[in-house]
Amino acid sequence: MQTWKDYQKQVPDNHFFYVRSCIRQSFFPGAEVAFLRIMQEYLKKDVFEDKRHTTCTGIGYHSDIIPLETIMTVVARQLALMTEAGYKNLLVSCVTSFGIYLEILDMWHHFPDKLAQTREALWRATRREFEVPQVVVHASDAIYHFRDELFNMAQYSLVNQETGQPLNGVEHVGCHYAKIFPQKGFGGAEFPTVLTGIIESWGGRVVDYPERRHCCGFGFRHYLVQANRGYSVSNSKVKFESMAPYNPDFILTNCPGCNMFLDRWQYTLSEINGVTYDRDGRGIPVLTFEEAAGLVLGFDPWVLGLQMHQVGVESLLDKMGVRYSAKTKYYLGNKNEVKPEKPSVLMV
Amino acid sequence: MQPVIEQMRADIRFQEGLTACMNCGVCTAICPAAGYYDYDPRKICQLVQTGDEDILTELLSGEEIWMCGQCLSCKTRCPRNNTPGYIIQVIRKISQQTGLFVNSRLGRQQLLIKRKIGHSILETGYCVHPKLVNPEEHPEQGPVWNWVYENGESLFPQLGSNYYKPGEGGVRLIDETSLDELRNIFEETGAVKLFEQIEKASASKAKELNLSFSADADNEYMKFIQE
Ligand code: SF4
Ligand code: SF4
Repeated sequence: MQTWKDYQKQVPDNHFFYVRSCIRQSFFPGAEVAFLRIMQEYLKKDVFEDKRHTTCTGIGYHSDIIPLETIMTVVARQLALMTEAGYKNLLVSCVTSFGIYLEILDMWHHFPDKLAQTREALWRATRREFEVPQVVVHASDAIYHFRDELFNMAQYSLVNQETGQPLNGVEHVGCHYAKIFPQKGFGGAEFPTVLTGIIESWGGRVVDYPERRHCCGFGFRHYLVQANRGYSVSNSKVKFESMAPYNPDFILTNCPGCNMFLDRWQYTLSEINGVTYDRDGRGIPVLTFEEAAGLVLGFDPWVLGLQMHQVGVESLLDKMGVRYSAKTKYYLGNKNEVKPEKPSVLMV
Repeated sequence: MQPVIEQMRADIRFQEGLTACMNCGVCTAICPAAGYYDYDPRKICQLVQTGDEDILTELLSGEEIWMCGQCLSCKTRCPRNNTPGYIIQVIRKISQQTGLFVNSRLGRQQLLIKRKIGHSILETGYCVHPKLVNPEEHPEQGPVWNWVYENGESLFPQLGSNYYKPGEGGVRLIDETSLDELRNIFEETGAVKLFEQIEKASASKAKELNLSFSADADNEYMKFIQE
């Protein structure tokens, strides 16, 4: 009998149609670039992107200003671009979008009338037609799937170079990755292995913490409206307090929103409460799976865009033995170097 | 007008979201919104199950329905395969269509979201893009984001991003034909209508409260709903 613990989902070996994430390209632009480079140049995979694709409108949908019929038809348009390009495997950067695609495909399956209505609406609005994808994979699924192959090309590992001990990683899997459709994620909702598999295969040690499955607190409308942001920060605080006693060397995420919140809220909480959740007052570095892959493969951290994180990543780079130039961190081409101001608590 | 429960039943998310709630409270135990707000998805299911018009109308006008954070943790856990998060989506939709959302503080915020995210989608093709995250409205983002925001023009291209230029890549300028297709979809599938309903109900609430109201942010009602 197969249990959720060893549950594996299907990931095709090649030929993907890639759709971007609004959040990832805004806050972690280097991560998406690194992901495509890894897939195309390192793994020699065919990953195609149509520049005409847009947001899936998922953030608007989950904050209730976008009707179901609208998001279905926007998704149908993305699928039409995929169909026109001759692809069947949808590769999704964003976890919110990943959940959206899966939900919509599931609804079309249960309510074929809705699929027919969507086809008609898309035709009337754009004169386009579409096929449903054979497989929907999240970008972290792809990195997990190829993790051993990637590690064969690695220049660094998740091992403390001074002690020779594995680095301690805590993971946070985005809620919409497997809580909606457990069978669509490695390990389901109970034992997601998509990030733990990556950490362990690259030499690190996964540290369990009680609030591991708790939401980061995005809450859609709760972050978007300034007056409600207490919701968001409070939920992240629940997580930080739960992981801090285990003294993690890094946090690994697969959702761009979670990554941003777990990074930024450490700063906010340090300003509000004067606390950090590590022992040295620097905060716990937060990496996306693409950033972790890029580091292991030897990408320059500042080409990966790690200078855009509020919590400095240097403590982790030093432990991994990654070579980097402290001087060029805030390099801005020909312009005179302007550095970000220093926070009042968090050490950078 | 159709009874509220019939309007709810017409939405496939309601059919998927509520079979028969046995009031066990597992959803409430797992719910991050229940840990923060005075919110109880179990209670929402119970109230909806009554099908009572007065109870449902009160729900549509109240604060609670706006407290769910849409994490969908409840979907995984419910032993009866209910999804309170889907039921909430349906109730919020009807609250906006009927204009009742303006009767609650949290509900009134829909205008802010419509003007920020809704307009962004139609104007740029993105829900969120770097220039939308203005540090003045986002002090929580911290000094590094201020630096990113100020120096995006140099920084993003250095990282391989297109940063508001036509062509391929991240944060690229999305072409007008694609944006027109998006606008046609919004028109065709009810998003434009929903936007108008949000604006109209907000304008009449402003009138009722004797607050100025306009299409830009510079009016008393917009300030009032930000509090
Ligand atoms: S977990 Fe399911 S059955 Fe239990 S109270 Fe919540 S919705 Fe009802
Ligand atoms: S979707 Fe809403 S009701 Fe369900 S667990 Fe998340 S916050 Fe609670």
